Amino acid sequence: MADITRDEVLHVAQLARLELTDDEVTRFQEQLSAILGAVSKVSELDLRDVPPTAHPLEISNAWADDEPRPCLSLDEVFANAPDRDGDLFRVPPA
Amino acid sequence: MTGIDTLTLGAEEAGRLLESGELSGAELYAAYRDAIEERDPELHAYLAVCDDPGGDGVPIAIKDVIGTKGVPTTAGSKMLESYVPVYDATVTAKCKAHGLRVLGKTNTDEFAMGSSTENSAFGPTRNPWDPARVPGGSGGGSAAAVAAGLAPWALGSDTGGSIKQPAALCGNVGLRPTYGTVSRYGVVAFASSLDQVGPVARNVRDCALLYSIISGRDDNDSTTVEVPAVELPTAEDLRGLRIGVPRELNDAEGIEPGVRASVARALEVAASLGASVEECSLPRSVDYGLACYYLIAPAEASSNLARYDGVRYGLRSEGDDFRSMVMASRHDGLGDEPKRRIMLGTYALSSGYYDAYYGKAQQVRTVIKREHDDAFARFDVLASPTSPTVAFPIGAKADNPLAMYLSDLLTIPSCMAGLPGLNVPCGLSDGLPVGLQLVGAQFSENALFRAAYALELALGFDPVPTRYRS
Repeated sequence: MADITRDEVLHVAQLARLELTDDEVTRFQEQLSAILGAVSKVSELDLRDVPPTAHPLEISNAWADDEPRPCLSLDEVFANAPDRDGDLFRVPPA
Repeated sequence: MTGIDTLTLGAEEAGRLLESGELSGAELYAAYRDAIEERDPELHAYLAVCDDPGGDGVPIAIKDVIGTKGVPTTAGSKMLESYVPVYDATVTAKCKAHGLRVLGKTNTDEFAMGSSTENSAFGPTRNPWDPARVPGGSGGGSAAAVAAGLAPWALGSDTGGSIKQPAALCGNVGLRPTYGTVSRYGVVAFASSLDQVGPVARNVRDCALLYSIISGRDDNDSTTVEVPAVELPTAEDLRGLRIGVPRELNDAEGIEPGVRASVARALEVAASLGASVEECSLPRSVDYGLACYYLIAPAEASSNLARYDGVRYGLRSEGDDFRSMVMASRHDGLGDEPKRRIMLGTYALSSGYYDAYYGKAQQVRTVIKREHDDAFARFDVLASPTSPTVAFPIGAKADNPLAMYLSDLLTIPSCMAGLPGLNVPCGLSDGLPVGLQLVGAQFSENALFRAAYALELALGFDPVPTRYRS
């Protein structure tokens, strides 16, 4: 797994919904290649039959009672909204 | 009472003075506000200082990734520059319920991503021991505030070392608790299988006391569990304690000789206090830990930070359509390091690369966890330096992300395994603090407090930065 290409940087930026300037694309291409080179180390190990760990505690499903509880008011929910239209967040057209 | 010396006053002691009536809550709060006014213009530990919220307890500083109702919570990011939470994080609410008064919000690397606090969108924090150097990160603001007497204690958050490493570089006691012991409700998320909130304090008992206040199961964070009762340490010896010294954490390339010497001396002191000290091995945890972390944490971050889309809160930039608005908002609101990690994480999770990167990293995480389990069958505590180096000059690693990532080489493995780790200062090297890292099995915080307390007494480290001593 070698260097990341300029096209890959642009593709990943689209997936991540990140607008990048040309300078950023150049810089990230170089830096991400170096970082990926270093983290590729994980493929050196023989990991046959090793299960993955997603979470450090041995707990699974935490159940809660299916009952309504108090929650934020609409005014609180919208308090930090960039743009509001009544009970909706207003955004530019899709 | 006049002449409160915030540089030497501990939180437990402050509480005693309040209780006995020798000191009023207002006097104590004012003393810290004066200290902030005097020393923070140079240090920039605080992003915001609060108006006295009332209450009758000891003041506290809170890292700016932790939500505080009515007080801006920026996570060190332009994205959240004008974000004012409408509710308190559970840890904030718990502090307030204990009467603790919030002094202000402390500086952090943007979204807690960094090891120097230089990644803050609002400028770096300086190390109280030497203002030309970094305080560590991401919780450099909390560590610097406690070291400089701008708060008796503080809350931090730790994903791969953001409590322990700044505590090491600033000479204070910091605990990254066992995963699941402290609620993250209301805390800005970075990497959810790793993030933990924890205490930063001037001494071990204060650290334990603050941990007892903030820990416990929370219905609003389903990853939290019931926590064993916290015991404030009292024993001055270490008889019966089995300390393991992992070769790979103590001989790693890049550990400075002064750090090595200081930690070796602390281990000799531990042995003289009655502990058994024996070398052991974590053969792959250190070698592969950093690679594992820098796949898993960015992968989770790329998902967590997807919420910053300019729709519900946070910065919004102009765009002709929805997609361009989102992309412009993220471009303008996020700094270099979050962008880098979002890109890295998105790449590692993307079609065609998932198995080779993220899948492998999750398996390596199992290897790391098992190696630590094996070690804790023989030992109560594992000891090593917390940081390979003392505080480094501001700017020294700013253009080299990989070099910066190495700052967390020694703190990361135990974080991957969900283990508690504590930094206790163990000496000076070139006039700068060196930190000893003590790591325990899950839920063994009491053993860490006990070990650190006895060492603290025996080592006699003076946490007041040399240049502030009169």
